[in-house]
Amino acid sequence: MSTEHETVTTVPAPAVTAEELAELDRTWRSRRGLWAFLTTVDHKTIGRRYVLTALFFFGLAGINAALIRLQLIQPENPRFGPESFSQLFTIHGLTMMFLFAVPIMTGLGIYFVPLMIGTRNVAFPRLNALGYWVYAAGGIMLWVSYAVGAGPDTGWFSYVPLALSNFAPGKNVDVYAQMVTFTEISALITAVELIVTAFKQRAPGMSLNRIPLFVWSQIVTGFMILFAMSTIATATTLMLAMDRLVSTRFFDSGAGGDSLLWQHLFWFFGHPEVYIIFLPATGMVSTMLPAFTRRPVFGYPAVVLSIIAIAFVSFGLWVHHMFATTVPEVGASFFTAASMLIAIPNGVQIFCWIATIWSGRPRFHTPMLFIIGFIILFVMGGLTGVMIASVPFDLQVHDTYFIVAHFHYVLVGGSVFPLFGALYYWFPKMTGRMLSERLGKVNFWLFFIGVNVTFFPMHILGFLGMPRRVYTYPADIGWTGLNILSSAGAALIALSVLVFIINAAITLSGPRNAPADPWEADTLEWMLPSPPAPYAFARIPVVEGRSALWDRTDDAPEVVGLRTDEREILTTTAISARPDHKTIQPGPAISPFLAACSITLLLITLLFTPKAVLIAAPFLLISFALWGWPSKPQGRRLEEKS
Amino acid sequence: MKLRRACLLLTLLFTSGCDGVQNALNPAGPQAGRIAGLSWFMLITMSAIYIIVVGALLFALYRSRRREPNLEVHDHQLARVVVVAVGATATFLVALFVLDLMTNRALNALERDDVFTIELTGRQWWWDIAYGDTTSGVYFRTANELHIPVGRTIRLRLASSDVIHSFWVPNLHGKRDLFPDHPSEIFLRADTAGVYRGQCAEFCGQQHANMALLVVAQEQAEFRSWFAQQQQPAAVPTDSLLLAGQRVFEQASCALCHTIRGTTARGTVAPDLTHFASRRELGAGVARNTKGHLGGWVLNPHALKPHVYMPATPLGPEQLEALLAYLESLR
Repeated sequence: MSTEHETVTTVPAPAVTAEELAELDRTWRSRRGLWAFLTTVDHKTIGRRYVLTALFFFGLAGINAALIRLQLIQPENPRFGPESFSQLFTIHGLTMMFLFAVPIMTGLGIYFVPLMIGTRNVAFPRLNALGYWVYAAGGIMLWVSYAVGAGPDTGWFSYVPLALSNFAPGKNVDVYAQMVTFTEISALITAVELIVTAFKQRAPGMSLNRIPLFVWSQIVTGFMILFAMSTIATATTLMLAMDRLVSTRFFDSGAGGDSLLWQHLFWFFGHPEVYIIFLPATGMVSTMLPAFTRRPVFGYPAVVLSIIAIAFVSFGLWVHHMFATTVPEVGASFFTAASMLIAIPNGVQIFCWIATIWSGRPRFHTPMLFIIGFIILFVMGGLTGVMIASVPFDLQVHDTYFIVAHFHYVLVGGSVFPLFGALYYWFPKMTGRMLSERLGKVNFWLFFIGVNVTFFPMHILGFLGMPRRVYTYPADIGWTGLNILSSAGAALIALSVLVFIINAAITLSGPRNAPADPWEADTLEWMLPSPPAPYAFARIPVVEGRSALWDRTDDAPEVVGLRTDEREILTTTAISARPDHKTIQPGPAISPFLAACSITLLLITLLFTPKAVLIAAPFLLISFALWGWPSKPQGRRLEEKS
Repeated sequence: MKLRRACLLLTLLFTSGCDGVQNALNPAGPQAGRIAGLSWFMLITMSAIYIIVVGALLFALYRSRRREPNLEVHDHQLARVVVVAVGATATFLVALFVLDLMTNRALNALERDDVFTIELTGRQWWWDIAYGDTTSGVYFRTANELHIPVGRTIRLRLASSDVIHSFWVPNLHGKRDLFPDHPSEIFLRADTAGVYRGQCAEFCGQQHANMALLVVAQEQAEFRSWFAQQQQPAAVPTDSLLLAGQRVFEQASCALCHTIRGTTARGTVAPDLTHFASRRELGAGVARNTKGHLGGWVLNPHALKPHVYMPATPLGPEQLEALLAYLESLR
C-alpha cells in the first residue's frame, strides 16, 4: 500500500488559507441569474437538475399509471377509449424508462461520482451540460405531443409493422422515434462522462480495488449504455424514422425488409436497458449498506465481479422476449440458459448483502428500510424472472399480467426502492437539510404495502389469462376482483409518493442544518460540508483504503499544487490512480445550450420533413463552431482585468 | 387458520377463475397440462427459495440487533456460507434447465401421423379460419370460432394479413405469434371436450382488447357433423322475409367485404358469414350473437368496437328486420 503512495506528491502541506478558499470559490462558483442558469457546467447543478427533472417525470408517469389502474378497476369501463388508453400505457412506459429511470440513475452518478472519487467536476463539463439540455428537450417534446393528442400509442416497444406508416399514419410514432433519439444522445453523453471521470480523475490512492461500489456500478452502466443505446439509436433514429420519413424499407417485408429485425434490435437494447436501470440501484445499496450496518460490504471483489458479469450476460438474453416468435428451439434454449445464468451473479450480490447485515449492526433509518424492502421485493421479481426464462412457462405467461407483475417487482422493488433510499440518504448532502425520519417511515410502509397490493395480484391475473395492454375486459371472465385490489394498491403508492413530496417540501422550507456526515458513512462525499462548496474539495484527499473515510488517518496526505485561479483538476492513472497530469477545465459557456437548441430544432423538424437536415445545419454549425472557438483561460482573463 | 384460508382462496383463484375457460392452470390438453405441471413445480420450489432467502434476511436483522457477543461471525465463516448458497443456486438452476428442456421436448412430441391442419390468419381485429385445402376441393372459411376434434393432433398454420398478432388459448397451449412475413405453426391437442377462450396476446392496435377466439373442442362424431354442415353453402331462403334480407345483404355494402357461399356476396376482407348464426359471439367476442346485439352491430359497429373497419350501415327498420332475420337463419 505504501509503495503506491510514494509516487504521489504528498508533503505535509500547510493548512488551506482563507485566501485560497476564497479564490477557489471565485473560480468554481456559478453566478446567479438567467445567464448563469443557461451556462453553468457545474456537475452538482447539472446532476441536481437531472434528479429534479426525472422526479418530475416520475410524477407524470405515475399519474399515467394511476389512470391506467382507474380504467381497469371495472370491466367494460367507458372512462377511457382505446386511443387514450394506448397512449396512457405507451407514455407511462416511455416516461418511466427513458425520462425517469435512466436519467435519475445516471444523474445521481453525475452528482456523486466526482464527489465519491475526490475530484472537482466531471471530465467534459460542457458536454455534460449539453446532455442535460437535450434530455430536457426530449422530455418536453414527448409531453407536449401527448398534450396535443399526438402521443406515441404503439407501446414503448413499438413493434413493426404496427408502427410503420401504413398502420400508424399520424405523427405519434415519429414522436416516439425522436424522443428516443433525444434520450439516447443524452444517455451516451452521460455514459462517456461517467466512464472517463471514474477512470481518469480518481483521487490518488483510489486504485481499482478501492473504487466505491456505487462508482463501479456507474462505470459498468456507462459501458452498457455505450453498446445498448447505440443499438437502439440505429434502430429508431436510422431505421424506423427513415422507414417512416423517406420510405426506406428496413422493416417492410414486401420490399425485402423484415419485421423480426426490429424485435431483435429493440430487445438487444431493451434487455440491457433493464440492467442499466438496475445496476446503479445495486450500487446505491452497496454504498448505503455500510453506513447502516457499521461495516464494509461483505465480499467487495465478488460484488464488483457480479456487476461486471451481469453486464456481460445481460447482452445475451434478448431473445427471451421473443420465445413466441419463430425462433428455433435449440436457439431459444441458449437464451434460457443465459437468462437462468444471470441469476447467479444477482444471487451473489443478494447473499453478500445479507451476509453484510448478518455480521453488521443494523440501524433502522429510512434508507435502511428501503434497502430491506428492496431485497424482499427484488428477490420475488428475480425468482419470477428465473421462471420466465423457461420457454414452456414463458409461452403461457408472456404478454400477460404475470409479466407486468414480474417486471414491476424488479423495477419498482429493484430500482425505485434503492433510489428512494438513496434520496433519503443523499438529501442532506444535496440540500443541506435532513428529511424527516418519521414521514420517511410512513413513506416506506405505504410504498412497500402498496407495491405488494398492486403487483402481487397481477401474477394471478396472468395465469387467469389476462393479456397486457387491454383497455377493457369482459365482466364475466373473473378478473374484476383482482383488478380492484390492484387499483387499491396503486392508491397506496400514490399516497406514499405524496408523503415524500410533503416531506421534501417541509424539509426544504426549514433551515440548512445538516451535518457533513449525518450517517457516519465511509465514502468521500461525506467529508465535505452539506451541501458541498462549488469546488468540492479544498484539497484533493489521498485515499488510504477501500472505506475512504473510515480508513483515513489523522495525518492523511493531501494533494497540493493545483491552481486555485483556474479550474484545474488532477488526472490520475486508470488502474492504480497515480497522479498523471493536471488539466484545466473550461468554465461556464452558452454553447452547450445553443447546441442543444440546434439539435432540438433538427430532431423536431425531422418529424415533418427530411429537409430538416438542411434547415438545422447552419444552426448546428454555428453552435458547435462557437463551442470549439478558442477562449482565454479564466485565470488569465482575471489577471488582465486586474 | 387465516393463512390456511388465504391459501385456499389463492388455490381457488388459480384453478377456478370464471369456470376456467381462459386459464393456464386449468389444462384441457397435454401441452397446457405439461406447462401447468412445470408451473406448479416452479411456484412451489420458488416459494420455498423465497422463504429461505427472506427468512435469512429477517433473521440476520433480528440476530444482529440483539448484538450478543457470542454470535460474532468472521468473514471467512460467512464466505463459506455464501459459497454454499451460490453453489446451491447454480445446482438448482441446472436442474431447472434440464426440466425446462424436457418439458419443451414433451410439448413438441405430439403424434404427427394423423394431423388435422387448419389455417388461422390474424387480422385487425378478428381471426380468419380456413379448413380443408383447395386441392381436395374441400375448402371453407369461418371466423373467430375454431372447431377442433378432441384427441387428434391439430396443426394450426399461422399467418397475419396486417400486423403481428399472437395466438393464445391458455387451456390448450402457450402462445405463438402470427406474422405477416414469417409463416409459423403450432401443434396442439385437446383431450377434454369444451369451449375454451383465447385472445390475441400481442398488442395489435386499438382493438387488441377485443380480439377473442373461441375454441370449440368436440368429440369426433360431433365434429364431423359440424364439419360437413359448414362445408355446405348457405341454404337458399324460401320465406319472403329471408329473401328480402338476402337482397339487402347483397345490395347494401355488406357483400363488398363479406362472403356468403351460395350467394353473390364474395368479399374476402371480412369474416365469412355463410354459417354465421351457428357462431356463439360476434365481433371477435365483443358480444353474444343475439338478434339485439346484431342489429346494433350492423347499424353502428363502432359503438361496440371503436375503430373496427366495418362501416356503419344505415338501414330502414324493414330492411334491418329482413337482414337480421336472414342472418339469423344462416345456421
